[in-house]
Amino acid sequence: MNPPVGQRKLRLATTSLAGCFGCHMSLLDIDERLFELLDRVDLDRSPLTDIKRCGPCDIGLIEGGICNAENVHVLREFRQQCKVLIALGACAVNGGLPAQRNHLDLGQCLQEVYRTGPGIVGGQVPNDPELPLPLNQVHPVHEIVRIDYFIPGCPPSGDAIWKFLTDLLDGRTPRLGHPLLHFD
Amino acid sequence: MDRDPRWLPEMVVTDECFDATGVAELLQPIVDRHRREPERLLQILLEAQGVLGYLPRTALTAIADAVELPRARVEGVAGFYSFLHLQPVGRYRILFSDNVTDRMLGSVELMDRLCNRLWIERGKVSEDGLVSVDTTSCTGMCDQGPALLVNGQPLTRISAERIDRISELARAQVPMTDWPREWFVVADNVRRRDVLLASGWSAGDAMRAAVARGRERLLDEMKRSNLRGRGGAGFTTHTKWESARRAPCRDPQGSRYVVCNADEGEPGTFKDRVLLASHADLVFDGMSVAAFAIGAEKGLLYLRGEYAWLLPALNGNLMRRRQNGLLGVAVCGQSDWKFDIDIHLGAGAYVCGEETALLESLEGRRGVPRIRPPYPAQQGYRDQPTVVNNVETLCKAALIALRGGAWFAGLGSKQSTGTKLLSIAGDVESPGVYEYPFGVSINQVLNDCGAGNAQAVQVGGPSGNCLATHEFTRRIAFEDVPTAGAFTVFGAHRDMFEVARNFAHFFAHESCGFCTPCRVGTTLVANCMDKIANGNGSQYDISEIFRIHRLLHAASHCGLGQTACNPLFDTLNKFRPAYERRLRSLDFAPAFDLDQALSVARQMTGRDDPAAHFSRAAGFQRADP
Repeated sequence: MNPPVGQRKLRLATTSLAGCFGCHMSLLDIDERLFELLDRVDLDRSPLTDIKRCGPCDIGLIEGGICNAENVHVLREFRQQCKVLIALGACAVNGGLPAQRNHLDLGQCLQEVYRTGPGIVGGQVPNDPELPLPLNQVHPVHEIVRIDYFIPGCPPSGDAIWKFLTDLLDGRTPRLGHPLLHFD
Repeated sequence: MDRDPRWLPEMVVTDECFDATGVAELLQPIVDRHRREPERLLQILLEAQGVLGYLPRTALTAIADAVELPRARVEGVAGFYSFLHLQPVGRYRILFSDNVTDRMLGSVELMDRLCNRLWIERGKVSEDGLVSVDTTSCTGMCDQGPALLVNGQPLTRISAERIDRISELARAQVPMTDWPREWFVVADNVRRRDVLLASGWSAGDAMRAAVARGRERLLDEMKRSNLRGRGGAGFTTHTKWESARRAPCRDPQGSRYVVCNADEGEPGTFKDRVLLASHADLVFDGMSVAAFAIGAEKGLLYLRGEYAWLLPALNGNLMRRRQNGLLGVAVCGQSDWKFDIDIHLGAGAYVCGEETALLESLEGRRGVPRIRPPYPAQQGYRDQPTVVNNVETLCKAALIALRGGAWFAGLGSKQSTGTKLLSIAGDVESPGVYEYPFGVSINQVLNDCGAGNAQAVQVGGPSGNCLATHEFTRRIAFEDVPTAGAFTVFGAHRDMFEVARNFAHFFAHESCGFCTPCRVGTTLVANCMDKIANGNGSQYDISEIFRIHRLLHAASHCGLGQTACNPLFDTLNKFRPAYERRLRSLDFAPAFDLDQALSVARQMTGRDDPAAHFSRAAGFQRADP
């Protein structure tokens, strides 16, 4: 049996889906506090560890929205493995920049990019089964799985991420408050 | 509103049909009649639309020039009200009342039938520009539904046969004046009369009684009566009058105003419609008595756009009162009493029933509620002391002027004196208006109206309370179940989830859009309800509804947002199985079909391998390891 929470280190997994890794850069912006974080958590699947599949975790951080089948699989894996799943940053929360394509027709986009665009001769839409198919529209993560917490911001600042994670690790309901959370 | 299709062009109308100079000339008599006052903007827009059919861009520019307002202000107002159109509408504009009572009587099927017969899509104008069909919020005909409006004229008791005839008449372009008169009959359906509805006073009696008492004693009687507002909030009328009377005027003329709130928008409420149709003299007497008490020279009646068909009769009544010395100068023979009443039309905005939104609308702006305080009694219409009272409240004030406060206080209960008009509709044998002394039990009312097997009563409309059978011993009174008048009964065979879903969509449609919690929250809730209705809901969505309920209640700018989730909260607490049986047993499910979301990419790539699909059964597992 696992030792009770509080006596064992928690496991943290992170991933970037349809995002720009800006939120992960912001996570690195906690600077020397990274050491304190690593004293308190073990990292599981994350761009920082290069672990490919997520094991059982306490906390999952999702950067980016959902734009293709691969994103859905990863997100479902995180939901299955993480007790607490957090949408990190504007793209995960709302779809963000990638969702700007939602008012365009995906079929017409693929047609123009791969077949009829200037300078293209005899092109075709890539169909290798290795490539994940794009979804008709980009979705925020909470439309695909249940999400427990949201950290807004593009990106959320390192301080905001740190405050949120330490609240969570200490057992407080995370609360950013002003000035970490503001809209202007 | 009541434009005659014969006078309009046969061709399809577009913005190009209206050149700037022509439109400006056409609209000149209208803006002149309203003395080019910016405060008359909404009335000008309504009349301009009556002439042009809709509001083309050139008309907005011409009106903006005439009243000297920024073009954006004018377009902002025109865009706010659902009865003002910036795009062409059909020459026959058919709007089905979309209250839950209309739906219970089959309005959805009837609208589909009409759309099919006319070969048109709901919400779109037919290609020849002849006809459009859509829904609108409750039109206040719940006791004689299903109801609809054709170019502002109400048609009640719609049946399949009538739908077929309507489609024929519209297609043949028969003017509405030649449609069967019996279709337009609006019955009062008064089923129980008490002191108000049984009174046989004639016009001016209450005013003469008020003059005989004198202002001070009249206010004393009002205080003794302990009359509370009948619009829902239940504020003491005397306190409101006293503070409007004492508040300092900001303009040198010392103007005070009396406003009658006849924007009866709460779905399921129609008692004010009956008062305005058959007891208008009592309403105007009440306004005059209020004016006498506070020293106002000007009264305004704000009539909801859905009741515009009452306007000719009401204006005729006002003319009669002017001829009989009940309005104008030297009212009731009192040389120092000057008072007149104007009627302003609303244009299909529920939020304007909120008193400060109503004042904004009266001043020709978007109906966005103001921040209170200052309350209207201090700073209301044109920032002057203003009494805003409900139609029924003013009728009660007239009765008190006639018969005294002690008499009134002897009726009803301690905190809720007098009687209350209930608009009863839904699964009952005799829908209509019932007048009861306050304190009557729900059971008593259900017995009287012939509600055989009620499982729930929505008291006070969607923003009120939903009561289940174990609460039918409760009483209608401010001490127990307060109400603005709606009393909608749901029989055991009704699905309370669908009732709540109808209300959720109502609030999402009627949110004025000013504050973010309400604008976004009401739509999130409506989406949640649709998701559950489509069989994609989970416990997660139910907790989401509770979360948004708390947020809207705490953070909304006005009562609309604060009460928008009430019907969901009540039905979730009292009829939870109606929700739960629709849920998927999953922890969470998307609102849409994920596999379908790959359809375009599959088609474009020609792929159909396992990785090109999500398998629902596979759950969290990858289809392609």
